[in-house]
Amino acid sequence: MTNISLEPIEIVRGQPYPGAPDNWKRFFTFSTDHKVIGIQYIVTSFIFFLVGGLFAMIMRGELITPEADLVDRTVYNALFTMHGSVMLFFWTFPVLVGLGNYLVPLMIGARDMAFPRLNAVSFWMIPIAGILMMSSFLIPGGPSQSGWWAYPPVSLQNPTNNLINGQVLWILSVAISGVSSIMGAVNFVTTIFKMRAPGMTWFRTPAFVWSVLAAQLIQLYGLPSLTGGAIMLLLDLTAGTSFFTPERGGNPIVYQHFFWFYSHPAVYVMVLPVFGIFSEVLPVHARKPLFGYRVIAVSSVIITVISSAVWVHHMFASATPPWMRMFFMVTTMLVAVPSGIKVFGWVATIWGGKMRFTTPMLFALGGISNWVFAGITGIFLGSVPIDLHVHNTYFVVGHFHYVLYGAIVMGIYAGIYHWFPKMTGRMYYEGLGKLHFVLTYVGTALIFLPMHPLGLMGMPRRVASYDPEFAFWNVVASIGGFLLGLSTLPFILNMVSAWVRGEKVGNNPWRAYGLEWLTSSPPSVENYEELPLVVSGPYGYGRSEPLVSNVPNPDLTEFSESLTPQEAS
Amino acid sequence: MMKLRAILVMTIYAILVTLASFWMAKQSYSWFPPEASAESKLTDDLFSLFTGLGTFIYLGVIGPFIYSLIFHRASKYDRSDAPPIEGNTWLEVIWTATPLVLVLTLSFVSYRTYEKMSIRGPMELVHLHVPQMIEPAYAEPFDSTPQQDIQNAVETEPIEQIDVTARQWAWVFHYPEKDITSTELHLPVDRRVRFTLRSQDVLHGFYIPAFRVSQYVVPNEDINLELTPVKTGTYRLRDSMYSGTYFAANQTDVVVQSPNDYQQWLADAAAQTPNSAFNQAAYEYSQSSEPGSGNTKDKVAVRGWATIPPAPPPVVNYAPKHEPKSPPA
Repeated sequence: MTNISLEPIEIVRGQPYPGAPDNWKRFFTFSTDHKVIGIQYIVTSFIFFLVGGLFAMIMRGELITPEADLVDRTVYNALFTMHGSVMLFFWTFPVLVGLGNYLVPLMIGARDMAFPRLNAVSFWMIPIAGILMMSSFLIPGGPSQSGWWAYPPVSLQNPTNNLINGQVLWILSVAISGVSSIMGAVNFVTTIFKMRAPGMTWFRTPAFVWSVLAAQLIQLYGLPSLTGGAIMLLLDLTAGTSFFTPERGGNPIVYQHFFWFYSHPAVYVMVLPVFGIFSEVLPVHARKPLFGYRVIAVSSVIITVISSAVWVHHMFASATPPWMRMFFMVTTMLVAVPSGIKVFGWVATIWGGKMRFTTPMLFALGGISNWVFAGITGIFLGSVPIDLHVHNTYFVVGHFHYVLYGAIVMGIYAGIYHWFPKMTGRMYYEGLGKLHFVLTYVGTALIFLPMHPLGLMGMPRRVASYDPEFAFWNVVASIGGFLLGLSTLPFILNMVSAWVRGEKVGNNPWRAYGLEWLTSSPPSVENYEELPLVVSGPYGYGRSEPLVSNVPNPDLTEFSESLTPQEAS
Repeated sequence: MMKLRAILVMTIYAILVTLASFWMAKQSYSWFPPEASAESKLTDDLFSLFTGLGTFIYLGVIGPFIYSLIFHRASKYDRSDAPPIEGNTWLEVIWTATPLVLVLTLSFVSYRTYEKMSIRGPMELVHLHVPQMIEPAYAEPFDSTPQQDIQNAVETEPIEQIDVTARQWAWVFHYPEKDITSTELHLPVDRRVRFTLRSQDVLHGFYIPAFRVSQYVVPNEDINLELTPVKTGTYRLRDSMYSGTYFAANQTDVVVQSPNDYQQWLADAAAQTPNSAFNQAAYEYSQSSEPGSGNTKDKVAVRGWATIPPAPPPVVNYAPKHEPKSPPA
């Protein structure tokens, strides 16, 4: 790992890189700078997040009354299809790739990703695929109405009989986004294996980098399965093949295996980097080393391995024989062990610490508390007899939104606030940040908690209309949904205004310990003037041990005075 | 002294958490629809156990977490670091081993419950268990009533066979013994019922919340499902697997009757000539596709896209009297 020569700098300089780091136009170019690409990913995916959120709010508007009365049933079905697809393929995956893109090279002391041009290509496929999917709203038959899982035979029913229909556009869009993710995964894995700074052994590598590696390995083994399944579905739909078409002898259950072999591990692709964010944010704001760092790091890889053999728990109620139900129940429950190791490690990290409730810390703590709840309901769902009752009910919707919004989106917010001063050189506004946190936390509980009793009572998911007995909890959930919509406003205001005219802070406003805080904020094009020589592990709080030997160590004394009064609130 | 106090506080907290867990486990029964099948009692017992343990773990983690949030904060001008504690091997071993043992136990208990339900399910090549072989000793840690109910039901009378056909978007139930069809599911109480589930088009989900069991209905595949209704009353059958446009309306009633009432219903239904039943999907579709009807626009704010037309309303011996909510234009 230590034999990376410094020669490639010249090659990088030889590239026509558009614009200096202070030129905003660089964000609209085919830039190969991982920091530009990272921010391109984050901003693009956030726009899709707003779009997907708007779909969700229309759905919550429909569900505020039992009857199907706001939108037509076909529109509702298209909305939940697009909500799920946009939120996963164009928000959660890309935003985490964006954070990883920005942070991984800085954290491991590299000048860029291993393949900068490939990196830029991966990014630019995202807006293309996203616009392709959105364009299905404009064609005669409307968008796909078969859900983000696109199970045949429903996904093969083509009511308009047009060759270009919503389902075809959906499959093409997902395939493009899948190719983009595979290219990104190759890039991340190569970068992390080959480009760590001299002296950065595996157990000196930050937990975030470990978790990104674990997540991207899943992309490598899992995505070919989904992409293959999608191509077979496309052939069934357009070329008359019969992989999954029952009336021509195909087997629709096989598609479910192709789909979930990737799409369950995909949950870990999304949650692992967020675990990494928690592991980075907590030590900084609690002034204490990450408790059990090595075990936390290794548990990410254990999750990668176990998650490859749990997919059938999405199919317990499908045509799944009993032995398979039992086998996958055990493997599913085993995921609780490495996940538990992480949670216990985080609690032990803040225990006895010196915490400051900054906005990133609040989001990280909120995310962890939600994760504990979501993890426990996940064990419920892993049990076959319980799952046979709550399968495809709102209990499942409540569970995975607690994971995706309660833990993952909160973790993403924590990461964005935490590294905002590094990305921009300016500090966000604490007051707006705290308002954002309160709205998000309350909104999350209001919308997703009521879904659990609804599911236990037997309300199926994906319904546009429901029996009046479910009305009360649905009204509560809808109020929570609108609150979540509202919560994005202080965030946008905060980010835009702080980027333009926020208070300028130094290179290391959190007095954090880590390679990314050694360099300037925002970092120069090549990140470091001289590549750091790492001499100890991460999270050296309270140890006064040097992190690097050849360049100045992180300045742990620098401190933005203006932050102090608010933080101590 | 400090250590003694800490142990005392922890003991009191552990007792409180245990009490809260027991309370939640008891409460969990009230979160469900009525227990209308013997299997539902098994599921609810299992769920209660999970709720109790889940509450215990949740409070066990969140308690110290919140304690930290309150007491382990930096004072305003304190810029020093906390003590550099990097780990503790014993603690880490304990919190790896405990969840491992716990989830393996929960898997085992779930397996036992599943075995006791013996609902069959798809493609059962090797029967995991047959109800006759259930021994009372298996009852621990639950009470033995549910499996006794199942066993009694199996021993006293032959299994009642009902064929279920799902389509876009209707349920049709066929009673082969009397060759009767119905769009409402009637079941005899305290008898083992075997459903054979078939789909004519796409995937559907056969889900009766009061029975706590759902099972996909798959085209080209006959899936058997066995249940034992134990409580008379009217419940809901819902399509739990998204099946296209009118999926949410694909519901029907389940009527569990005393043996006499059930036989009476069978006889009455057999006397009727098959008739076209009311079908919500077909009704809504006809409303929206009639160009002159006009009132569709008033009912929904946003017009929809093209849809697969619903199958024609099923022709059955028995259909419940459903009045359309508004008279056709």
